[in-house]
Amino acid sequence: MPELSSAQKKYLLRHKHEKQFIAAMRVLLFAAFLLLWETSARLGWIDSFIFSSPCQIGETFVNMCMDQSLFTHIGITLKETLLSFLFVVVLGIGIAVLLWTSPKLSAILEPYLVVLNSLPKSALAPLLIVWLGANERTIVVAGMSVAIFGSIISLHTGFQEVDPEKGKLIATLGGTKKDELLKIVLPSSVPLILSVMKVNIGLCLVGVIIGEFIGARQGLGYLIIYGSQTFKLTWVLMSIVILCVIAMGLYGILGLIERKYLRRM
Amino acid sequence: MKPLLEVRDVSLSYHTLQGETTALSHISLTLMPGEFLAIVGPSGCGKSTLLNLICGLLEAEQGTILMDGSPVQPQTSRIGYMLQKDHLLEWRSVYKNVLLGLEIRGEVTPEKKALAEEMLKTYGLDKFKNARPSQLSGGMRQRAALIRTLALKPDLLLLDEPFSALDYQTRLNVSDDIGKILKKEHKPAILVTHDISEAISMADRVIILSARPAVVQKIVTIDLGMEERTPLSSRNAPEFKSYFNLIWKELNQNA
Repeated sequence: MPELSSAQKKYLLRHKHEKQFIAAMRVLLFAAFLLLWETSARLGWIDSFIFSSPCQIGETFVNMCMDQSLFTHIGITLKETLLSFLFVVVLGIGIAVLLWTSPKLSAILEPYLVVLNSLPKSALAPLLIVWLGANERTIVVAGMSVAIFGSIISLHTGFQEVDPEKGKLIATLGGTKKDELLKIVLPSSVPLILSVMKVNIGLCLVGVIIGEFIGARQGLGYLIIYGSQTFKLTWVLMSIVILCVIAMGLYGILGLIERKYLRRM
Repeated sequence: MKPLLEVRDVSLSYHTLQGETTALSHISLTLMPGEFLAIVGPSGCGKSTLLNLICGLLEAEQGTILMDGSPVQPQTSRIGYMLQKDHLLEWRSVYKNVLLGLEIRGEVTPEKKALAEEMLKTYGLDKFKNARPSQLSGGMRQRAALIRTLALKPDLLLLDEPFSALDYQTRLNVSDDIGKILKKEHKPAILVTHDISEAISMADRVIILSARPAVVQKIVTIDLGMEERTPLSSRNAPEFKSYFNLIWKELNQNA
């Protein structure tokens, strides 16, 4: 390593300080928000029956952890989300590949996909309950319904944007459409697949919560609805906080996989 | 001697909603075993189309193309094709890129692998066997692409402006490299280019196509009176300039 000039050192130091400042401000903002909330609740500026307070939420969290009921709810929601995400990955890639193989089929289906994708999926949930019953299967389908159409469209568009000259290369080497798919389109689309999935795991969670609102006896979505109906708003807020953490965690895991893959390239 | 490749009276049109464009009109040419042919012509005259027809990627509307006396089929025929860009796949190592053709044809045998490794060594890429294509220079990338094509042991090599993406200096070096490699491997080849010097320096015969619809305007046999001829040494031959002027005039006649 060559000795850095003092100007370069100064620049690096300034850059480091800036990053530290931003990180510190983020934490501080959150802490200030919690403090303000807690104080307002204690001093009666806001009605803690409706708005709850960080301490109450923490207390509820500890209690529900003690009797283990919370773990069941979190576990169910996580399981349903991951299950629907798995189906979205498999079906999304499968259908996008099918559309890529047959341009005619994709031309025929395009308007339907666009309509289904822009449809507010929460409108489907009541139907799904009636058709499939109030069970886990319905909730998994609700989770899928939010993410699947967008995934298919993004993946198919990405597949089509792969350099056609690379397809010609495969043809000149004596390959078929299958070789083009396996040697070119899929490997070159790994970053796209990862980034599409990073977005869609969050959408699956949204769909699962919608499903649980309507037809569940367990899960965080159920906890929110039950809490609001019985005016236990501390429950509702706690569930929302947990959902935030879950969403961040799932996004983070996929982001990590994506970064790992890109660094390997 | 029987020709390796015969193109007989081939015509082709492109069809779009706006209408029909005749790209090639009654093209006939032959290629003898071991011969290096160059095709020059104004841009957009259908030079690349002709290569696509020869290797069977496109089908002629009229006329026949025979390789060793039988029609060409892309899945089975032994015709190598080098495109303008090297199209090395970034997610594969150089070695894996070189094996791509063999993988596709299901011919990854120990002998073929050994041959590929041998060629990597001969052409100075063995140190970069496990490197990513992005770590190679432009010339090395083009050499890797050539080895990928040669690994399939083609009976005929088609080169579609394979040097046009390189800067001038690299271009001279790589065309010299590749010219020597093809001589060494005794591969007959057809080179499509719009660079007259490149055509003269590499080819035994130069075929001049006219503007669209392309017809064979003239065939020039290049005889530089040299024993051991390489693309770079060809450029120093006294006859080089007169061939250049001859082809230049032909190309400009109907421009």
